[in-house]
Amino acid sequence: MEKPTSTAELIPGLFRDLYAKMTAVLCRHFGLSDIQLAEDIASDTFLKASEVWPITGIPATPQAWLYTVAKNKVKDYFKHKAVFELKVKDNIVKELNEKTLPDDIDQRTISDSQLAMLFAICDPIIPIAGQISLALQILCGFSILEVAQALLTNKETIKKRIFRAKTALRDGKFELKELSDSQISARLAAVLKTIYLLFNEGYYAQHENHIIRKELCMEAIRLALLLTAHETTNLPQTNALIALMCYQSSRLDARMDKDGAIVLFEQQDVQRWDSDMIDQGNFYMVQATDTQETSKYHIEAAIAYWHTMVDNQSKWEYILKFYNQLILIEYSPVTALNRAFAYAKVYGTEAGIEETKKLNLIKMSHYFGLLGYLYRDLDQADAIDNYTKALNLASSLTEQDVYQKQILALR
Amino acid sequence: MKEFMLIFRLKSGADSKPSPAQMQERMNWLASIAAQEKLVDKGKTLLPTIDSGRHISADQVVTDGPFTELKEYVSGFIVVRTENIDEAVEIAKQNPIFKIGGSIEVRELLKS
Repeated sequence: MEKPTSTAELIPGLFRDLYAKMTAVLCRHFGLSDIQLAEDIASDTFLKASEVWPITGIPATPQAWLYTVAKNKVKDYFKHKAVFELKVKDNIVKELNEKTLPDDIDQRTISDSQLAMLFAICDPIIPIAGQISLALQILCGFSILEVAQALLTNKETIKKRIFRAKTALRDGKFELKELSDSQISARLAAVLKTIYLLFNEGYYAQHENHIIRKELCMEAIRLALLLTAHETTNLPQTNALIALMCYQSSRLDARMDKDGAIVLFEQQDVQRWDSDMIDQGNFYMVQATDTQETSKYHIEAAIAYWHTMVDNQSKWEYILKFYNQLILIEYSPVTALNRAFAYAKVYGTEAGIEETKKLNLIKMSHYFGLLGYLYRDLDQADAIDNYTKALNLASSLTEQDVYQKQILALR
Repeated sequence: MKEFMLIFRLKSGADSKPSPAQMQERMNWLASIAAQEKLVDKGKTLLPTIDSGRHISADQVVTDGPFTELKEYVSGFIVVRTENIDEAVEIAKQNPIFKIGGSIEVRELLKS
């Protein structure tokens, strides 16, 4: 990859990469009771970079520069606060100044801060939907729109959810203190779900033009790997989630052609699948072995495992079996459609069409997309008709592009 | 469903120091069992060195590891869950251990 040379090129990338991390580090080391403040300081820091860098040039180590500025801004804040609220007491100002960030903000500091932040946000006083929304926004640097899309809802709902969650944290005297083992266990489900959604957002992102946001996927894997370093969180379901993410990531490069368009599974070049990622997935799949519990992540990891195999009959029988299980644990229209696809692979196209039509998901583009696909070899007019309906319902350019190509190919 | 222990045997200590590629092959085999929901216990590997084993005979005479007297020694085990023993045997046959002259014993577990 070429190194960005101008500030305008560099800052957006750094912002996406560092904003959430910086907010987490700030919260952790200063015990800020108001997340908003940490966010404001992080934003201010980037604003300053965008003003200063075009004049002075980009510093040799932009990341260190940003952390130094943030650190000074926090010092200033405490100084002002102390002066303002406490009417100048030298010793207090001094004491606050000593609580500085460690000189060396290394990967470990950032990782631990983010993990601590993740657990702090997944507080049972906030409804789980609020926890996930807040974590995606603060920790993963999502915009409100991205959170809304990741959670299949609208911006207004998310805004309200985040506002309420922040208020609840503030009223509950939010502090990033060390959590007890039992608190960690209780919050793990929400933490895993957040990581899972973060990964999905990266993997299936349907908005704007950067289709596959690989860095989000890698970020999700990184956060989950941090969990394996601690005994209380290194559970079978944690490992199953990592296996799932590794298997899916193995196709990140193969899923996109050189123009950035999506390449469907059947057209993918198997040589471009990342076999190291599959090997990693296998390792965590085995670590996830557990006689007591088959979590949703175990099932999804098993499905993802079979997707790393080239097509054969037993593959689809396994996939269908696992979708049958998954749909009982957690029904969703997307799971139902995926199950119908596997059903068609096992029992033939006509049976698959019948199974799909039972779902009658007439508001979903993917429903018509699947019908279009299944009709391809049976009835061209029906296929075009369904693809057209899918096209009209598709929300993203990328998805519309997929259907348009199918229609053109059929005509 | 029944549970079976697969007991792995190797000929000599040298075989038990697998290369990274061999380890990965074994891991991939284990994952394929896990992905069929048939892996009950990912098992353990037993150390192959003389110091790591003792044999206690009926008259309680303790001798160093079993390696001097036996042609093969147990190198590890896993537990799988299958419909019947034939299915367990089919799974065992896919294990890369046969490439280095090892063998596998398949034994049904008594259900407690």
